[in-house]
Amino acid sequence: MQTTWFTLAALMLAVYVVLDGFDFGAGALHLWVARTDSERRQVLAAIGPFWDGNEVWLVAGGGVLFLAFPRVLASGLSGFYLGVIMLLWVLILRGIAIEFRSHLEDRMWRMFWDTTFAGASLLAPVLFGAVFGNLVRGVPLQADGWFALSLFESWSPRGALGLLDWYTIAAGLLALAATAHHGALFLAWKTDGPVRDRSQRAAERLFVAVVLLWLVLTALTAGLRPDFFPTLAARPLAWMATAVFVVALAASAAARHRARDLAAFVSSGVFLMGLLGATAATVFPVMIRSASDPSMSLTALNASSGPAPLAYGLVWWPVGLVLAIVYVAVLFRLHRGRVGPADGGEYGGG
Amino acid sequence: MSDSLFWHRLQFGFTITFHYIFPQLTMGLALLIVVLKGMGLRTGNSAWHDAARFWTRLFGLSFAMGVVTGVPMEFQFGTNWGAFTARTGGVIGQTLAMEGIFAFFLESSFVAILLWGEKRVGPRLHFAAAVALLAGSWLSGYFIIVTNSFMQHPVGHALAADGTMQIARLAEFVFNPWAVVQFFHNQAAATVTGAFVVAAVGAWWTLRGEHAEVAQISLRTGVVAGLVASMLVAFPTGHAQGRMVAEHQPVTLAAMEGRFDSGPRAAMALVGQPNVAERKLDNPIELPAILSWIAYGDFSANVRGLNSFDERDWPTNIELLYFGFHIMVGLGTLFIGLMALASFLLWRGQLAHQRWLLWALTLAFPFPFIANTAGWMAAELGRQPWLVYGLMRTAEGGSPTVHSGATVFTLLGFAGLYFVLGVTFLALVAVEIGHGPRLSHVVSASGASTTHHA
Repeated sequence: MQTTWFTLAALMLAVYVVLDGFDFGAGALHLWVARTDSERRQVLAAIGPFWDGNEVWLVAGGGVLFLAFPRVLASGLSGFYLGVIMLLWVLILRGIAIEFRSHLEDRMWRMFWDTTFAGASLLAPVLFGAVFGNLVRGVPLQADGWFALSLFESWSPRGALGLLDWYTIAAGLLALAATAHHGALFLAWKTDGPVRDRSQRAAERLFVAVVLLWLVLTALTAGLRPDFFPTLAARPLAWMATAVFVVALAASAAARHRARDLAAFVSSGVFLMGLLGATAATVFPVMIRSASDPSMSLTALNASSGPAPLAYGLVWWPVGLVLAIVYVAVLFRLHRGRVGPADGGEYGGG
Repeated sequence: MSDSLFWHRLQFGFTITFHYIFPQLTMGLALLIVVLKGMGLRTGNSAWHDAARFWTRLFGLSFAMGVVTGVPMEFQFGTNWGAFTARTGGVIGQTLAMEGIFAFFLESSFVAILLWGEKRVGPRLHFAAAVALLAGSWLSGYFIIVTNSFMQHPVGHALAADGTMQIARLAEFVFNPWAVVQFFHNQAAATVTGAFVVAAVGAWWTLRGEHAEVAQISLRTGVVAGLVASMLVAFPTGHAQGRMVAEHQPVTLAAMEGRFDSGPRAAMALVGQPNVAERKLDNPIELPAILSWIAYGDFSANVRGLNSFDERDWPTNIELLYFGFHIMVGLGTLFIGLMALASFLLWRGQLAHQRWLLWALTLAFPFPFIANTAGWMAAELGRQPWLVYGLMRTAEGGSPTVHSGATVFTLLGFAGLYFVLGVTFLALVAVEIGHGPRLSHVVSASGASTTHHA
C-alpha cells in the first residue's frame, strides 16, 4: 500500500510539473515572445483558463503527502523552510499578477504586473528544481527525522550543506530551461501570428539549453552519487522511463521541426514525466535522503501513515482523481483551438 | 521574543486572518450570484444578468486573493507546525487531501468559465458554472471545518503505539457533530458578509442615483439575504454552537464570559473587562441568568467558573477570547436589527427614500468581516492551550528545527506582501464599483465584455 501511495504522490507531482510547467514557461517567456499589450493578452488568454487548475495539482499532491506520508511532508517543509516560504511568495505574486494586470488599462500598471509575472515565473522553477536537487543530493537529516537547511553554506554539495550549492543550482537551471521549453511549445501550439512564430524560435534555442543542462546534471549526479546510475540500470521501470524521456525529447524536436505543434508539446510533456518518473523509480523508496547516513533516510516504508488512513484513502482518492481528469479534459475541450492576436479581450482589452 | 512557538502562532494567525477575508466573501457571493443568475434565467430580465456579471467580476478578484493566500495555509502545516502534521496527518490528511481533489479541482476548472466564458458557453452552462463554484467553495469550507473540528472535538481516531493519531472511523470523523454545526454557522456568517457587501454597493449607487436597475436589484437581494442569513447565524446555528462549547469545552465557556466563580443563574456580560490578575470582571453590566439558558437551556442551570478548573487548562489569552466572543455576538445582534429594519422599509416600498438608512447600509459592510474574524478568534483562542483538544498541547506542535530568526523573517515578508496586496485589492474594488455594471446590450452588441463605461 505504501508503494501505491508513493506512486500516486510521484504521479501527482509529475502531472503538476507537466501542467504548471507550461504556464511557468509561458510566463517566463512572455516579455520576449509577446511585445505589445494585445500580444500579452493573447498569452494570458492562452494560459488563463488553465493556470489555476494546474496549480491545484501541487496542492492536491501536498494532500497526498499529508494523507500518506505526513512525516515526510512535515520534515521536508520545515527543513526547506526558507526555500518553501519564498516559493510561496513567488506563487502568490504570479497568481495575483495575472488577475490584477487586467483590471486597469494603464501602460505603467501593466508593465509592472507583467514584469512581476515574468520574474516570478522565472524564479519558481529554479526554486522547485533546487529543492529536487536537494532530495537527490541528500540533506543533513538527524536521527529523529528532522533537519534544517539555511539558504546556502559552502555552496558545495561536498561541504557544509545549504539549500543552494552548485549542484542544486544546476538542477534549478535545468528545471527553468525545461519548463521554458515546454511553455514555448505550448504557446507555439496554442497561439497564432507573431507570438506563435517567436515561441517557435524560442523553443528551438531552449531545446539546446535543455540538452546541455541535462548532460551537465547527469555528469554531476554521477560524480556526486556513484550509486545512482547503477541503481537506475538495475531497475527496469527506471531505465524504461529513461529510454522514454530520451526518445520523447528527440521526438519533440523532430515534431517542432515539422511544425507539428501539438505533437511537439505533448512529447515535451512526456519528456518531463519520464525524467521525473525515472528519478522516482531510482530513489524509491527513499523520499528524504540523509546525506550522512543513507540508512537514516525517511522512506515510503518508515515514514507513512498507519494502514487505516492508507486504506480509506484508496477508497475515495481514485474517484476524485477521475473527476479531476474529467474536469481537465472538459477544460481543454472547451478552450480548444488557437488563441488569435485579437482574442485577449477578457484580459483587459479596450 | 526568541520563543519560536510565539512566532509560529503569530504568523499562522496573521496569514489565516488575512486569508479568511476573501473566502468568506467568495462563499457568500457565490450563493448570491447563483440567486441573481437564477432570477435572470427565470424572469428573462437582463438587469439580473447585469447585476450577476458585476458581482462575478468582484467575485473574481476576491477568488484570486483567496487562492493565492490560501496555498500558504496548507503549506504552513508543514513549514511551521511540523510536529502537529507528523502526529495528526493520519487523521486530518484525509480531509485536507479531499479538499484538494474534490473541491479545488471543481472550483479551478469552472472559475474560468464563470469569469470569462459567458459568451462561449451560453446562459445555461454559465449558470451551471456558478453552481459549480458555489458547490466547490462550500465543499472546501466543509473539509476545512471538519479538519478544525477534529482539533476542537477529536472523534473517529485511534492512538497508535508511536503516539500518532490515525483515522479509525472515517464517517464519524467526517460527520463530526461539531463540524456539522460549525459549518452551517460559518456558512450563514459568510452569507452575511456577501449580503452586506452587495447591499452596501446597491445602497451606495442608490444614494448617488447611478445604475438604477442594478442598484435596486443589489440592494433588495442584499437586504433580504442579509436578514435571513443573520438570523440563521444566531438561531439555530449560533445557539447550537454555544451549547456544544458548554458541553465539550466548559472551561472555554467560562473564559469567553470572563466568569471566574461557579454558580446557578449565570449572567451574560454586556459590558466589562476580564481582570485575570484579580480574577473578576471589572465594571460588569450583565443580563442575569441568560448564560445559563444559552449554555444549558435552563435559566437556573449551574455554570462553572474558571476557578473550578486547573489553571494549566485555562485558555492562554482570556482577554482576547472574551472580546472576540463579545464582538461577534454584539455585531451579530446589530446585523439582525439593521437588516430587519431595512427589510421592513423595503416591504413598505420606502427603502430607496430613507437616505440615512442607505448610508447606514453603505457604511456597514466592514462589520461582518470583523464579526467573522472575531468569531474565529473566539473559536481558536478558546481551543487553547490545546492544539488537539485534550490530546495534544499547542506547545508540542511547532516545527522543531525552525528557529525564530527564520520565522520572524518570513512573518515580516508576509506582512509586507499582504499589505501591498490588500491595498491594491481595495483600490481595484473601488475602481470596479466606480465603473459600475457592464450592461447586456453593450456586451452582446460589441462582442467584447470590456467595452462598457455605461
